[in-house]
Amino acid sequence: MKLITGNHLSEGHVIWWTGDGWSRHVEHAVDVGDKGEHIAQTEATACRVNNPYIIDAQPSPNGPVPNHIKERIRATGPTVRPDLILQPADQSAGSYVI
Amino acid sequence: MYRYDKYDQAIVDARVEEFRDQVARRIAGEMNDDQFKPLRLKNGLYLQLHAYMLRIAIPYGTIDSRQLRVLAHIARKYDRGYGHFTTRQNMQFNWIKLEDAPDILAELAKVEMHAIQTSGESIRNISADQFAGAAADEICDPRPWAELIRQFTTFHPEFSYLPRKFKIGLTASDNDRAAIKLHDVGLQIVRAADGEMGFRVFVGGGMGRSPFVASLVREFLPAGSICSYLEAILRVWNRHGRRDNIHKQRIKILVHDLGATEFARQVEEEWRTLQRNDDDIGLAEYDRIAAYFEPPLFERGLSDELDLSDPRFAAWVERNVDAHKQPGYAIATISLKPIGGIPGDVSADQIDLLADLAEDFSFDELRPTHAQNVVLPHVRKADLYTIWQKLDAAGLATANLDLISETIACPGLDYCSLANTRSIPLAQKISERFADPARQLDIGELKLKISGCINACGHHHAGHIGVLGVDRKGTENFQLLLGGSGAEDASLGKIVGPGFSEDGVVDAIERAVEKYRAIRTPGERFLDTYRRVGVEPFKEAIYV
Repeated sequence: MKLITGNHLSEGHVIWWTGDGWSRHVEHAVDVGDKGEHIAQTEATACRVNNPYIIDAQPSPNGPVPNHIKERIRATGPTVRPDLILQPADQSAGSYVI
Repeated sequence: MYRYDKYDQAIVDARVEEFRDQVARRIAGEMNDDQFKPLRLKNGLYLQLHAYMLRIAIPYGTIDSRQLRVLAHIARKYDRGYGHFTTRQNMQFNWIKLEDAPDILAELAKVEMHAIQTSGESIRNISADQFAGAAADEICDPRPWAELIRQFTTFHPEFSYLPRKFKIGLTASDNDRAAIKLHDVGLQIVRAADGEMGFRVFVGGGMGRSPFVASLVREFLPAGSICSYLEAILRVWNRHGRRDNIHKQRIKILVHDLGATEFARQVEEEWRTLQRNDDDIGLAEYDRIAAYFEPPLFERGLSDELDLSDPRFAAWVERNVDAHKQPGYAIATISLKPIGGIPGDVSADQIDLLADLAEDFSFDELRPTHAQNVVLPHVRKADLYTIWQKLDAAGLATANLDLISETIACPGLDYCSLANTRSIPLAQKISERFADPARQLDIGELKLKISGCINACGHHHAGHIGVLGVDRKGTENFQLLLGGSGAEDASLGKIVGPGFSEDGVVDAIERAVEKYRAIRTPGERFLDTYRRVGVEPFKEAIYV
């Protein structure tokens, strides 16, 4: 599956395209199929997101899991500061970074 | 230390207000990312993995207590309670909001700080020997020259759109603590036989994708000509620099392609043109700046005796304290590499403690180092035990300077958008594997440096042992390098062979270290043994 991610324009935190807006939680992200480029360009042009791009992910019972470690780290936070990571919207989701 | 005059303050204040307007326009949607990115980078504001990151300049690594307290305040108010000392004597905050950036810069400007020259294709924050003004082995304090060059290069229109970033390092000692030969320009202050002060000029060093040790292009440059000579170097680079290829833009590529002799010839030719135009700032301006760097009023007649009856204190003195030029004083380096800790990270409370120690015990000065530590440059030996006790209580008294656990590590994939792999967890595992102080001491000086990508912010090329993180189809992989040095005997490490997993590279490092212990001769450091026997014995041990 394909996800769109970027950073919040004014606050800078990681955000994910949900189909009708942006969420901080990757488990809210939706598969954009082949529409990713169009959505990313539209949202960037409207200055609703910083530097959006498309990534590959796999579905899971707890929502999409990005394929690349970089995106999994982006989805949660630095692995070396567990006190600072983003708590999943679904508290039972668990950690999947490494 | 230097104090802003009305011109310095005016240009920094104006820059803050200019950026405030730019940020407002970006948030209002009047600028897209492509338009805004070069503007924020000129103010040290990066976009990293999790947030904006603000890199704040600490020119030539000199900072005082009021500035440190503002950094602690920024950590608490605008970040998440901590900051990070970088490998270029700067400090960066990892969790900045764009909307807060102008206010942060305004707070910094009130204490004569800024984020200019910390990003973009500019002359970057100038780095210098962290022992400047204190070292027993220096011929003068190099910081007035660094400040002169900082002022000369800041907002200089000819240096505003360079082919790529440009780094300058200074020292005034034969013992190179500033890694000058791994800078675009490295300057060593020297004296001629008749006493005249001047510079040995090295050009074309650097790490990154294509590492080079700098070439000596001038054995002696009269000190008063430094600005025009630098301008000549930059003009030659501006003329020929490969703006068409991002991997070939740095001056090191030009020096390599032209050859150091031809590069030097062109610089001399350009320099003569500048001299005809009487384009030098001159010694009068140097004298004005140097007045700010007069030595502190040291007490005289102090004893050099130390009570070393506390063995933990004695171990810290042995590793972390260096000779000062003034009798009765010492230079104390505070390791920011506790066992299992994050190299270079400091909490807001720890920053406040550093401010207190600088103010109370070191003539109000602290010096960040390129090795992500900090230095109290002017400490009475009689105060060392009190300082050590305060550091110990704050978890900052690790006695591991230049030992294997005192690792340089870039932020890596935990924070950096350019990284391929994480660096910090590896540094933590290595320091835990070698945590035993007796074992570390037995191994002796061993500089271990880790970068999470080819950009080499962790200086892996210059490590006695270096580690480079690479991406193997989405999996972290680590290559091992041996034989690098950033000191006066500068050299570049060589990749030993195929890479390892994170745990695998820790084991490989341990095997290399044990091989060294088995074959070293008395007095040899790891690097010395490597240079004597070559890579093969280590390779055999590493790939058993």
